[in-house]
Amino acid sequence: MISVRKLSKQHGELRVLHELSAEVARGETIAIVGPSGGGKSTLLRCLNFLEPFDAGEVQIAKVTLTPAMRDQAALRALRTTVGMVFQQFNLFPHLTALDNITLAPRVVRKLDSAAAARRGRELLARVGLADRAAAYPHQLSGGQQQRVAIARALAQDPEVLLFDEPTSALDPEMRDEVMAVIRDLAAGGMTMLVVTHEMQFATEIAHRVWVIDRGTIAEDGTPAQVIAEPKTAVAREYFRRQRVAGAR
Amino acid sequence: MVPRAFLAPILVIFVACSSGPPQGDTLAHIRARGEITWGADVQGGEPYVYEDPANPSHIIGFEVDLMDAIARRLGVKARMVQYAWSNLVPSLERGDFDVIMNGLEATPDRQQRLRLSRPYFVYAETLAVRQGSPVRSLFELAGKRVGTLNQTFAHDILRMIPTIEPVLYEGNEEPYLDLEQRRTDAVLLDNIIADRYGCTQKHPAIVCLPGEVARGTYVVGMRKGDAALQRAIDDAIDGMRADGELERILTKARLWDDRQREVPPIAATETPGRVFDADMAWQFVAAAGVTLELTALAFALAIAVGLVLALARVYGDRVTAGLARGYIELFRGTPVLLQLFVLYYGLAPYYSFSPVTAAILGLGLNYGAYEAEVYRGALLAIPRGQTEAAKALGLSPRQTLAHVLLPQALRVALPPMTNDFVSLLKDSSLVSVITVIELTKRMTIAAVDLRGWLLPGLACAALYLALSVPLSELARRLERRLARDQRPQAL
Repeated sequence: MISVRKLSKQHGELRVLHELSAEVARGETIAIVGPSGGGKSTLLRCLNFLEPFDAGEVQIAKVTLTPAMRDQAALRALRTTVGMVFQQFNLFPHLTALDNITLAPRVVRKLDSAAAARRGRELLARVGLADRAAAYPHQLSGGQQQRVAIARALAQDPEVLLFDEPTSALDPEMRDEVMAVIRDLAAGGMTMLVVTHEMQFATEIAHRVWVIDRGTIAEDGTPAQVIAEPKTAVAREYFRRQRVAGAR
Repeated sequence: MVPRAFLAPILVIFVACSSGPPQGDTLAHIRARGEITWGADVQGGEPYVYEDPANPSHIIGFEVDLMDAIARRLGVKARMVQYAWSNLVPSLERGDFDVIMNGLEATPDRQQRLRLSRPYFVYAETLAVRQGSPVRSLFELAGKRVGTLNQTFAHDILRMIPTIEPVLYEGNEEPYLDLEQRRTDAVLLDNIIADRYGCTQKHPAIVCLPGEVARGTYVVGMRKGDAALQRAIDDAIDGMRADGELERILTKARLWDDRQREVPPIAATETPGRVFDADMAWQFVAAAGVTLELTALAFALAIAVGLVLALARVYGDRVTAGLARGYIELFRGTPVLLQLFVLYYGLAPYYSFSPVTAAILGLGLNYGAYEAEVYRGALLAIPRGQTEAAKALGLSPRQTLAHVLLPQALRVALPPMTNDFVSLLKDSSLVSVITVIELTKRMTIAAVDLRGWLLPGLACAALYLALSVPLSELARRLERRLARDQRPQAL
C-alpha cells in the first residue's frame, strides 16, 4: 500500500529526513514514535505531499510521488485517497459538524447534498456524535471536535489515514474517546499511520512500531519487540522518558 | 412644508449662535485703518484676479488695478484677501473683509441681499457650441445639457428655460473641455470667459455664437448697511469713468469694448425666489437616489478590485504582489479628488468617460485600495491549519478560497466594510467636481436658491441618515448571522 524509498528532506542546514525507507501493507496500523524534532510529522506530511521533499520516492495508493511532482490534479486525487487528521483538529469554524464532513465530498467529488448528508450522518453516528450534527465546532469539546475531524477524513472514503498526534492537544479524559474511534478503525482493517506518544495505545492498536530519530527509522518491529526490548540507545532513552512522564 | 413648530426651536438656536453682521460704519473703519480689504478668488483666473505667471507670489488682474485705483481715490491702500468664490457673499456678511470685487454680477438676488456699487464692467452672456452644431440660440437647447459656472447670472438664465439641463462647474476651463468632449451641448458664460477660455486656438472645435444672450454688469458688493461706503465707491467709479482711468485699466486688460460706452443695463429680469416646496423635496430625493446609486456601484467595484488586490498580495508571486502594493499605495496615497479630476478631465483627450461612469470608476478604484487592505488583514487572520485541512481533503486552491477562506474572512472584514460603505456614501459628494449632481451638490444649489443653509442642510442630513442607518442595520444583521458560530466570550 505504501512504499517509501530513500526519502530525504532538508530545512536549510537541518536534515529533517535522511534516506528514510519503509513499507506498509494494506490493513496495517503503524505507530510512529520517537523524540520531538525527529521527523515524524514531516514524514507523515510528505506522504500526502502537504510538504514537498528533496530526494527519494513515495508510492502510495498507486500514486508515485517524487520531488518533481507538479501534477496538482493528481495530488488532489491522492489526497482524497489519503486522509489526514491533525493535532489541532483544524475543523472549519464557520461550518456545522455535518457541513464540515460533507464539504469535501460535495465540492471535490461532486456528491449531491442529500447523499453527502446521509453519509455524513452515518459517519457522525460511527464516531458517537449522531446528535451533534448541527453543532458548530466551538460548541463541541476537544474530543468531540477531533472525532468530527476523523469523520471528516473518513467521508472521502480514504484507503490510508494519517494521524498527526491526534490526542496530544486533548485533556487526558478526552483522549480515550478519540483513541476508541481509532481502535475501531484499526479493527476494521483501515491502513493507518499514527504519530503518537501514547505507548499503551501504540501497543494496543499497532501491528508495528517505528522509532524515528534524526530523519531515519531507528527501529521497526512489533510493539512487543520495540517497546519491550528496544535495541538502540535512542529508543531505550525515549521509552524511559515516556514511562517517567506516564508515571507522573 | 416643514411645520413651523418644528422649525422654530432650530431657528432660535441658529439666531442665538450667529454673531450677526458687523455693526458700524465700514467707511470710517477703512479711513481709520488706512486700508480697504476686498475678497476675491484667484481661482477665477485671468483676467480678473490671478497669480502673475512671472512672479506667482504677486497677484495681478484688472480688478487688482481697479481696486488700487478706487482705494487711491478713497485715500487708503487696498489689500486682497483670498476666499473661495462661492463663499464670498457669506464671508462679506460675516465681516471678514470690507467689499467683494471679483466678477460679482448685479442680479436682483444680490441687490436684495447686498449693497451694490455702480457697474465697472458690462459683459455679454455668450453661447458657445461645437463647430457644426445647428444651434443658434438658447431656445434651441431644450432637453440639452448646457454648461455654466455655479451661482452665476448665466445659471439664472438657464434656469428660466426649465427644459434645459444645467451642468455646473467651478473652474473656467472645464465647461469648454466638456463641450469639446461632447459631454455637454453648449456653454453659456460671460464673454470675458468665453473669449479667453472657450473660443481660443486651444479649442478649435468650439465656436462662440455672435449674438448676445443677455447683458449684465460687474459691481462691487458691500454689506447692506454701508450706504456711506457705497457713495464713496460710486464716486470713485464715476470719477474713473470721467477721467479715462477706467478705460485705461480695461484697455490694458484687453477688455475695453463698445459695450462699456453704452448705458449699462439695469439688473436683469427678476428670478423668482424659491421656497422648499414639493418640487425641491423631490429634487433632493432624486439626488439621494444618485448618491445611493453611485455609492452602491462604486462599492461593488471596490469589493471586486479589493479582492483581486488582496489575493495578489497574499498569494501572488513577488511581481504580482509588488504590483498590487504599488496600486494600493498610489490610490491610497493620493487624494480621491485628484483621481477624479485626472480620470474625468485628464484622460478626456484620450477617453471620454461620462460623469457618472467617471465618478463610479474613480470612487471604486480608490476605495478598492482600502478594501484590499481590509481583506488582506482578514485573510491573514485565518489560521494556517485551515488551508492545510482543506488541502488535505483534496480541495483545489479555488475551492479552498470559496468554501473555507473567504467565508471566514468575510466575518472579519464585515465591520470595517460597513464603515467603508458609510464613508463612501459621504465621500461620493466629491464627484460634484465632475458635474454630477448628487445630494450634497443639490444642497449647495438649494442653499443659493433659498438664500439659507439651514433647511437644505437639514434635508440633506436627513437623507444621508436615511441611506446610512438602514444600511448599518442590514450589516449588523448580516454580521450576527455570520457570527452565529462564534459568540464573543464575556470579559
